[in-house]
Amino acid sequence: MRSASDILNAHRGDPTRLVQILRDAQHACGNWLPARVLSEIARGLGLPRARVEGVAGFYAFLNLKPVGRFRVLVSDNVTDRFAGSAETCGALCQRLGVKRGHVRSDGRVSVDFTSCTGLCDQGPALLVNGLAIPQVTGERLDQVVRLIEADTPVDEWPADLRRVQDGVRLQGPVLGATLEPGAALHRVLHASPDDVLATLKDSKLRGRGGAGFPVATKWETCRTAPGDSVVVCNADEGEPGTFKDRALLMRRADLVVEGMTIAARFTGATQGFIYLRGEYEFLLPHLNEVLSKRRAAKLLGTGICGDRGFDFDVDVHLGAGAYVCGEETALLESLEGKRGVPRHRPPFPVTHGYLGRPTTVNNVETYADAAVIFGLGLEAWKALGTEQSSGSKLLSIAGDVERPGIFEVPWGTTVREVLKLAGAGSVKAVQVGGPSGELISPKELDRRIAFEDLPCAGAIAVFNESRDLLEVVVNYAHFFAHESCGFCTPCRVGTHVATRSLDKLRQGRGSSAELAELGTLTRLLRDTSHCGLGNTAPNAWRHYLDKFPDDLARRLQAGFVPAFDVDAALVAARTARGETP
Amino acid sequence: MTAKVRVATTSLAGCFGCHMSFLDIDERILPLLERVTLDRSPLTDQKHAGPCAVGLVEGGVCNEDNLHVLREFRAQCQVLVAVGACAINGGLPAQRNHFEVGDLLRRVYTEEPGLTRRVVPDDPELPLLFDKVRPLHELVKVDYFIPGCPPPAEAFWAFLSDLLDGKEPRLPKGAIRYD
Amino acid sequence: MSSFTLDGADVAFTEGQTIIEAARVAGRFIPSLCAHPEFPAHGSCRVCTVLVNGRPMSSCTTKASEGQVVESNTAALNRDRQALVQMLFVEGNHFCPGCEKSGACTLQSLGKELGVTSAGFAHESPTRPVDASHPDILLDFNRCILCELCVRASADVDHKDVFALSGRGLHKHLIVNAESGRLADTGMSLEDKAMTVCPVGVILKKRQGFSTPIGARRDDVQTPRQRLEAGRKP
Ligand SMILES: Cc1cc2nc3c(=O)[nH]c(=O)nc-3n(C[C@H](O)[C@H](O)[C@H](O)COP(=O)(O)O)c2cc1C
Ligand code: SF4
Ligand code: SF4
Ligand code: SF4
Repeated sequence: MRSASDILNAHRGDPTRLVQILRDAQHACGNWLPARVLSEIARGLGLPRARVEGVAGFYAFLNLKPVGRFRVLVSDNVTDRFAGSAETCGALCQRLGVKRGHVRSDGRVSVDFTSCTGLCDQGPALLVNGLAIPQVTGERLDQVVRLIEADTPVDEWPADLRRVQDGVRLQGPVLGATLEPGAALHRVLHASPDDVLATLKDSKLRGRGGAGFPVATKWETCRTAPGDSVVVCNADEGEPGTFKDRALLMRRADLVVEGMTIAARFTGATQGFIYLRGEYEFLLPHLNEVLSKRRAAKLLGTGICGDRGFDFDVDVHLGAGAYVCGEETALLESLEGKRGVPRHRPPFPVTHGYLGRPTTVNNVETYADAAVIFGLGLEAWKALGTEQSSGSKLLSIAGDVERPGIFEVPWGTTVREVLKLAGAGSVKAVQVGGPSGELISPKELDRRIAFEDLPCAGAIAVFNESRDLLEVVVNYAHFFAHESCGFCTPCRVGTHVATRSLDKLRQGRGSSAELAELGTLTRLLRDTSHCGLGNTAPNAWRHYLDKFPDDLARRLQAGFVPAFDVDAALVAARTARGETP
Repeated sequence: MTAKVRVATTSLAGCFGCHMSFLDIDERILPLLERVTLDRSPLTDQKHAGPCAVGLVEGGVCNEDNLHVLREFRAQCQVLVAVGACAINGGLPAQRNHFEVGDLLRRVYTEEPGLTRRVVPDDPELPLLFDKVRPLHELVKVDYFIPGCPPPAEAFWAFLSDLLDGKEPRLPKGAIRYD
Repeated sequence: MSSFTLDGADVAFTEGQTIIEAARVAGRFIPSLCAHPEFPAHGSCRVCTVLVNGRPMSSCTTKASEGQVVESNTAALNRDRQALVQMLFVEGNHFCPGCEKSGACTLQSLGKELGVTSAGFAHESPTRPVDASHPDILLDFNRCILCELCVRASADVDHKDVFALSGRGLHKHLIVNAESGRLADTGMSLEDKAMTVCPVGVILKKRQGFSTPIGARRDDVQTPRQRLEAGRKP
């Protein structure tokens, strides 16, 4: 077993690597971080102990209390629910003899839910000690139970059980790119910065992570800001229902790193990071292999492509279970070894990012797109898309469709076309862009996926007539409450209050009082939250309330309903009296 | 002269301190009584409320009986007012909320030294305790709140004067107190 | 000197000042909780949200700039502030009648200032321990509003790092710098700056509670708004 000091040495005693250090220490300590170990790490890094504990306490995958030596986490996205995740969770608990959220008395195993793990096309999915196990039903579920009871370490589980499909159903210029490693980079190598900038501008490439910020502007600001700049690839992909970066990193990791290297060439960065969500730990060996190959081919490292002034390398950092770390400034905090709390902006990362240095943060797909633009040429790119949304977009489609998976389509494709591609039958509603996006009704299927109409970072979840939309809304609202970083009042408390109102509605105990409360929360979160998470959290419920009045009306009570279940609140006293409740 | 307005008051899990503070409006009680008829109230000893314009409730909801009375008030009163810290956030009685109520009952009635009969009282006449002491607004719709422990006499006076004058009641700044 | 308008009145500022700082110097009150004149802005309570040229922004983190039109005292913003204060009340356990800080508590006086008469939302009633391990100091976590002033004071002024935050979301909470988790095992002492900054009743000196009679306490004498406006230049 590795000691704390071995681990600290492996990370050069570098406090910015605290999250990585805690991950490794937890692995060495049987899946949790005892108080003594936190003290040792703090001493080794010269940090206050409380700060180390505070960081460990922030991330869902870091445990300050013992969990099972097999920690089984069941993905709790609503599409996993509809694929039977609750049944899978129940069956696992029953077969393994453990209560959800507890540790079995022999310490062997614990089972709980976790936020969407990005395997929605292969649900219900598990993470066992961090490694993804797709499609856990039937015989595969039996296998998981047997392996745990046999105490077989997860790394030794059959490859077949751990195999994740890339899920690609429809290729476009990015997924289908047959560029040789370095092909795009060579074009940039000999172009002047002005030419590169002109191409970027002309391409009208906008960020694919959600906000759609023009790439040319971001890169140029970073290039001209004083200081050693940094290139960061945002592979946190935490928005429930989004799994297109997973596919890109499985199939086109080389292209992504090539895009990062082009950004480095342009901005003058020598250091790069891929911030990979903890749920995608299974991709780490593959990514490291891609990076090594590129180093060997002189496409990374010092003197890239034989140019002695061109040094750039990339490190993969793993997240540890925090959606908010997809927000770029929270991501940077996490990269620096801190709690993933979003920073105040301005200043923006492009001028003051990682360790105060100018930093380009882009989504996985954005970098791949950039490489394609330079590799295949502008014309092919501009042939696709709309006025304000150029090129292609990767969509990850899940839920009630025959062919869930990844579809690369031109921007401007209508929802109806998308549904046809994936094979949707009856449609009650479609969530576009995940919980922070928009729920659309069947009347809106001719809307276009484009920045001009329906912006979408990738997630499309389809719900058929048999689904309870309020279950969807409740699931999404709980997601935000669980993922709120807790920094600011409206989001910390408001997301939680919203879950209570929505739970009440779902139980048929809601009334106009709950609707009024949700209205207040919608406004408050939108207007006063510190970051995008809180600003967009109300999207989880407001579209449903606005667009599905009939569905809602069926569930409302006419009068006031108490905040809690009055009879249940008397059970304890009845029992104490010896009455059978 | 216009008809008098019926007002009911009661104390649930409270200490009657709010009622005492109400009486601190002193001689202003006389002009008030010219405009108001007291219905159910500890001051009248009337046991049930009839239809009233205003109900003032002090104390939180600690047991079944509190809830029963609160519901009667809500049904009978056009305007229901939560009066004082206990009615508004549970107050002092809510300090028990961090204990499991079953444990509390067992500790107090079966484990304390010097008890002769070690059973949790089970007379059906005794109201069952809720797991937690709750403020009124978690159980019924509450129209107004007069905070304070107790609220100052000034708050009662200002509030009722506005209401009787047909104005939207507003507490003057100095009359809002939390202690 | 440059200036912006706050609810129609001109407010002068110097380069680099935030809106709330400039307003404070000018004796104009913008409600706030986690802002403290001696520390950089924190921006977590969101109570100081104002409209800057029509857009909601926290006035403690937004730099003043020439010609800005800032609105603070609007009915909608004050309703938002009420809701934020109510959220802080239901998130913890606040029983002012039994709190030593009552009468000198920023949360309490802000609630009164904004006309908050009830908690509005359902109470969370969390179970939070009290740390009485230290011989001179009591920590009552029930009242913590997570403003991090103690964290910042202990780190930046006292250089002791006694406090930090752990957990996230509604489970976010204050911790102390000791493997035992007890304040007695940290370097905290009565002379620390961290003793003086808590806006609410968490960090308390033992054996001196309720020493000031009701009516004579800090906010009984003058509310925070009155104190600030007393310094207003004509
Ligand atoms: C709560 C929250 C979560 C986010 N998650 C992600 C994410 O997982 N991946 C991503 O690329 N961008 C995410 N973003 C957007 C990033 O902050 C940032 O805008 C993006 O990485 C910039 O890259 P782009 O311009 O290439 O899209 C998130 C934003 C917020 C507010
Ligand atoms: S809105 Fe506030 S609490 Fe929510 S994630 Fe952002 S900073 Fe954290
Ligand atoms: S901290 Fe302030 S608001 Fe909370 S109980 Fe004490 S006096 Fe009241
Ligand atoms: S103890 Fe006081 S100063 Fe520290 S975070 Fe809590 S409320 Fe703020």
